[in-house]
Amino acid sequence: MTTTPKQPDPLDNPQMKQIIDNTIAEFSEQNGALMVVLNHLQERIGYITKPMQAYIARKMNVPVSKVHGVVSFYSFFTTEPRGKHVVKFCIGTACYVGGVSQLIDKAKQVLGIEPGQTTSDGLITLEVCRCVGACSQAPVVVIDDQNHGRVKPSQFGRMLTDIQKSEVVA
Amino acid sequence: MAYYRSTVLVSMDPVCIEKGALEIKEQLIKELALLKLSEEVQVLDSPRLGDPETEGPDILVYPEGSHYIQLSPATVGPIVLEHFVKGRELQQYKAQMRDVLDEELGEPKDKEIRIILENIGKIDPRNIEDYIAVDGYQALAKVLGEMSPEEVIQTILDSKLRGRGGAGFPTGLKWKFARQAPDTPKYMICNADEGDPGAFMNRKVLEGDPHSVLEGMAIGAYAVGANQGYVYCRAEYPIAVSTLNTAIEQAREYGLLGKDILGSGFDFDIEVRMGAGAFVCGEETALMASIEGGRGEPRARPPFPASKGLWGKPTNINNVETYANVPKIIHRGLEWYTSMGSEKSKGTKTFALAGDVAHTGLIEVPFGLTLREIIYDIGGGIKGGKAFKAVQTGGPMGGCLPASDLDLPVDYETLGAAGSIMGSGGMIVMDEGTCMVDIARFFMEFTQDESCGKCVPCRVGTRRLLEILEKICAGNGEEGDIEELEELSEQIRKNSLCGLGQGAPNPVLSTLNHFMDEYKAHIYEKRCPAKVCRALIKYEIIDGPCTGCTVCARNCPVGAITGERKQTHIIDQDICIKCGICYQVCQFDAINVS
Repeated sequence: MTTTPKQPDPLDNPQMKQIIDNTIAEFSEQNGALMVVLNHLQERIGYITKPMQAYIARKMNVPVSKVHGVVSFYSFFTTEPRGKHVVKFCIGTACYVGGVSQLIDKAKQVLGIEPGQTTSDGLITLEVCRCVGACSQAPVVVIDDQNHGRVKPSQFGRMLTDIQKSEVVA
Repeated sequence: MAYYRSTVLVSMDPVCIEKGALEIKEQLIKELALLKLSEEVQVLDSPRLGDPETEGPDILVYPEGSHYIQLSPATVGPIVLEHFVKGRELQQYKAQMRDVLDEELGEPKDKEIRIILENIGKIDPRNIEDYIAVDGYQALAKVLGEMSPEEVIQTILDSKLRGRGGAGFPTGLKWKFARQAPDTPKYMICNADEGDPGAFMNRKVLEGDPHSVLEGMAIGAYAVGANQGYVYCRAEYPIAVSTLNTAIEQAREYGLLGKDILGSGFDFDIEVRMGAGAFVCGEETALMASIEGGRGEPRARPPFPASKGLWGKPTNINNVETYANVPKIIHRGLEWYTSMGSEKSKGTKTFALAGDVAHTGLIEVPFGLTLREIIYDIGGGIKGGKAFKAVQTGGPMGGCLPASDLDLPVDYETLGAAGSIMGSGGMIVMDEGTCMVDIARFFMEFTQDESCGKCVPCRVGTRRLLEILEKICAGNGEEGDIEELEELSEQIRKNSLCGLGQGAPNPVLSTLNHFMDEYKAHIYEKRCPAKVCRALIKYEIIDGPCTGCTVCARNCPVGAITGERKQTHIIDQDICIKCGICYQVCQFDAINVS
């Protein structure tokens, strides 16, 4: 249960294509625009596919290799859609010492996926991330951009099942 | 497997116990039993939850996160009834929801001096008038109205302000080089790519007092002759980015950024640029490559940014905290500033104290305080009464210092000589339960992953170091591994292109230096003295103390523990993944690690 269902490319969706065009138009005049455009597209679309990279390169008049080089260099840029909910484990030093690996084990056990993977229903993506700077709260789990500190394994299993349950009800 | 729908944590802080926490717990268990909720709600002991002095005794109910404070045995009944039976929170005993971030910055301790952190939590970072009310932008006005750029540079030189990013280069000298560079335009960059795990000083400043950084940048820009500035902030800090953007807009409205600042004819504006999750971008040449829109790969220096930086133009780069010092120095004067600190390092330094220390959070101390004063007098010593083992300073490029180094004064030179670095201010305290080989492996995993791959010593070398460390932790270490670690480390340190590679072997070298016997125990005796490395340890349940409470069996993630209620349980070693959860949840010390 690791792969995400195949989805059409954002470029094939008129609404999304509009967002892409607007973003490029909005920022491409700046110095060093490529990073700015990619950062906004990652935020607005959620991922940057290969066709999107080629499209951005053409529109901004830079080689595709450069766009791909930048996208693949930075860990924030993803080329595949992520799950509806993103659960990130902070693996900074304090969280590591504070036992975040037990939380990762718990998540593997509950969801059957590894960090970097998405559940087959597209509901939850697990990720690890670098220090989120909330070290006094270690160990920290970031669920949909919300920091949860001092998480214990037993409590965390419940947090995950709560996400699953909330979706069943919805 | 029993499934509790709720968990009640009871604070067992000594102060709370003194105020009756044990009675509260007893009453809770009694009330729950009366309502036949014992199978649904579990009651657990917890370290302190809120402030024991003002809020204790207190309990925290999960999953709701309801925090009930100032309890007495008489108030427990109503809470149990309302909360667990009726499903309502009892407002009169509930603590006000607090901003979680607040506990990162408590009241200053005796030996602290707060300059950089003084406004945080006291002024509204999204209201420029709050900053102006505490003499904000006075220094900029003074500089633009009364001082020549040369005078500003001389003042900063005389203040002996040094780069707070970690390298400790004199800020005034940097400014002087950028001023003297003939090419134009010039740029001013603030390095807010605080990537060291365990460090969050800069985030707090950006989120709590952003104008102090902007003012420092504007003063620096006037001194070096720059008209455009960039703050490069990591993407992991979205709140800092939005606070900065608000602050910049307000400063423009008030004529403190933009064209003709305060009628002086000096133009300066600032833009925020976001990183995208690459640690190496904290290195100045990589950071500039990233602002230019490309891959954040470092390049060889010289040429230094002061002569050829952003877009090939003279550029001055300083860290967040460095800039935040500048307005204070100008406004309050040299005499005041240089009265703090040690001989070669003036002023204060912020640290993020984390790990196994009683009080984690941000602190600010004058240079020259000893590690012992910081960890014991300010940090309150080691959590849970365990023994101190090591303190890690300077992030992944820093080193681990043992107990024998505790009396070293904290400044750039001393930490460097001891085999660590000052770094940007992460300080992680480790107790006796930390395996130093595992810590070296952890940092190498980080560095190896974050190595940009441009130069071979770093890209390949860190990978090889990691492989050897993994081998040792897995119990497969052999004769010659230690020598190979040393040899490789030396080569990586000497031949890497940037600070990341040059500093990468530090955690390995410093642990080899101070904790050689642990390496030897792993390699020759196949033993992990701290009982951390999973391949080298075994969990067992001891017959006597085990009461058969079933807590371990219920919490075991792989179902390796079996046993009847009230009978001694057994761990199936073939199934056990050595996660250590049973060890943590056992209330009777019945789990033995060997």
